[in-house]
Amino acid sequence: MAKVIVYPPTSMILSDLVERTGHKALVVPEQVRKLVTSTEIESPPLNMTPEEPKKGLRYAAVDVPSGVRGRMALIGPLIEEADAAIIMEDPGWLTGCAGCNRTNELVRLLIRTKGIPVLDLKYPENDSQAREFVRKIKAFLEGLK
Amino acid sequence: MIRIAELSCGAEYSGIQKEIERAAETVGAKIVYPEVSLDDILNVEEKFGVRVSSGDLNMAMARAVRIVENPDLADAVIVMTCFRCAEAAIIRSEIRKFIHERSRIPVLSYSFTERTTAETLLTRMEALVTTVKYRGLLGRERQTGLTAGIDSGSTTTKSVVMRDNQVIGTGWVPTTEVIKSAEDAFAAALKEAGVQKEEVQGLGVTGYGRFLVGKHFNARLVQEEITVNSKGAVFLADAQQGPATVIDIGGMDNKAIAVQDGIPGGFTMGGICAGASGRFLELTSRRLGVDITELGKLALKGNYQNVAMNSYCIVFGTQSLVNSLSMGCKPEDVAMAACHSVAEQVYEQQLQEVEVKEPVIMVGGTSLIEGLPRAMEELLHLKVKVPPHAQYIGAVGSALLVSGLLEG
Repeated sequence: MAKVIVYPPTSMILSDLVERTGHKALVVPEQVRKLVTSTEIESPPLNMTPEEPKKGLRYAAVDVPSGVRGRMALIGPLIEEADAAIIMEDPGWLTGCAGCNRTNELVRLLIRTKGIPVLDLKYPENDSQAREFVRKIKAFLEGLK
Repeated sequence: MIRIAELSCGAEYSGIQKEIERAAETVGAKIVYPEVSLDDILNVEEKFGVRVSSGDLNMAMARAVRIVENPDLADAVIVMTCFRCAEAAIIRSEIRKFIHERSRIPVLSYSFTERTTAETLLTRMEALVTTVKYRGLLGRERQTGLTAGIDSGSTTTKSVVMRDNQVIGTGWVPTTEVIKSAEDAFAAALKEAGVQKEEVQGLGVTGYGRFLVGKHFNARLVQEEITVNSKGAVFLADAQQGPATVIDIGGMDNKAIAVQDGIPGGFTMGGICAGASGRFLELTSRRLGVDITELGKLALKGNYQNVAMNSYCIVFGTQSLVNSLSMGCKPEDVAMAACHSVAEQVYEQQLQEVEVKEPVIMVGGTSLIEGLPRAMEELLHLKVKVPPHAQYIGAVGSALLVSGLLEG
C-alpha cells in the first residue's frame, strides 16, 4: 500500500479512487479531522489557531502570508508523507480547492521537487475523457503496488 | 444585535477567526457570512468586474455583490485578507470601493497576520458598530448645554468644556499616570471656562485610556476615537455636510477616515510602524534641540529633498536623522524631511485605503506641526485644512456627542 497525495488536496473524487485501489489517500479533510478530534476545540470550526501558521514556517518563509502558512501546516506534512502523487491540472472548484492559489502553487512545487512518481491529468470534459481519466489513475496506482 | 458581514480570505487558516468573533462579541455585534451560490462565484466577473485565481477571494467578491444587491443582509462589513498578499491587497481595496460606491453600509478593511488579536481589532470594530448603532447621534451637528470631553491619548491628554456650541475652556497635559493626567487636563479646562465640575451636565471620554478614565469620572459617553474624532473634526472644520477626509496622525497610531455627513463611511487605523507617527516627530525635535511646537515652523524653511529620509521604522528613521546631521545637513531641511517622511508613509500605507475627498482635514496635535500638513498637501496635491482647536478634536467630539445623549 502506497501513500498517495492528491491535488487538489481537498479532492474527494481523487481520494475515493485512490482508496478503491487499496492505497491510502492523503487529503486535507483527514488533517482537519485530526485537528478537531485530537485536542480541545479552541477555535471552531476548523480548530486552527495562530500556532498553525507558525508550523507552516517549515514550508514557507515568514514573509509568506499567514493564510498560506496556515494551509501549509495542514498540507505540508501530507507531502512529506507521500510516496506518490496525482495532480489534476485546472481542476475547477467543484473538484476541491485550498481557497488560495499561492498555496496551490507551493503545493504543486513541493510535490514535484520531492522526486516521487507523479501522475499528471487533465480535468475530463466528457464521458470518454472521464473513462480514460479513471483508467489512467487505475493503471498508475496498480503500478505502485 | 449588529450584524457584521465578514468578507475574508485566510482568516480561518491564520488561526484568527476566533479573535475576529471575540472582538465582535465584545462590542455587541455578530459576525455573519452572506450566503452565495456556486454560480454567484463562477460568474463573479460579470457583476464585480474581475475574477482571480484564489477561490476564497472570488467568494469574498461574490459576497460583496450579494450585500450590495441585498443591503438588509448586514449592517456593516469587514474586509480582511492576509498581510503581504498582493492579490488579496488589490481585491480587498476593490471590495471596499465596490460596497462604498454602491451602498451606505460602513466598511472596514484590514490586513492581518497570525498575531492579530481581538484587542487589535477592538477599536476598529467598536467604531464600526457605533457608526451603525448611533447613526442618529453621529448626525448631530450642534452642541447644546454645558458639557465636557476628555481625550485620554497615548502621548497627551486633552480636555474641553463647551457651552452652546462654543469651546469655552481647554486643557492639555502630557499623559503620564492616566487618571491623574485626565484630572489635570479636565481641571485646566474647567478653570479656563470658569465653571465648576458639578455644573457640567455631561462628560464624554475617548482615547486609549477611555475605559479607565470613563469609569473614574462616571462619564455618560465612553467612545472609541474614530467616530468621536471624525465628528470633532468636521464640527471644528465646519464641514458637517457632504464628504470629508479626516487624517489624524497620533502619538501611537494614525487614522484616515472617509466621512459623509459627519458619519465615518470607511476608515483605516495603522499602528505597526512608529516611523509614521507623532512619536517620530517628537524624537526629531529632541534631536534637533528645538521644542516640538517650533519644529513645524523650522520645517517650513527647509527642503525635504536635501535629506534622504523615508523609513517605516522609528529606529532606522532616527538613524537617517543622525546620519544626515553628521553629514552637515541643515536642521530645517532635516525637520522638513522628517515631516515629509511621516506624511509619505501615511499617504502610502493608509490613504490608499480610503476615498480621499475634499475637504481634507488634518487634526490632532501633530497637525499643528506646520510642516506636516504642508507635506501632506504636496503629496495629495490638495489643500489641507487644519481647523481651530485641532489638537482637541477628540475632546470636542466627545463633548458634542454627549450633549445629544442628555436630550434622549
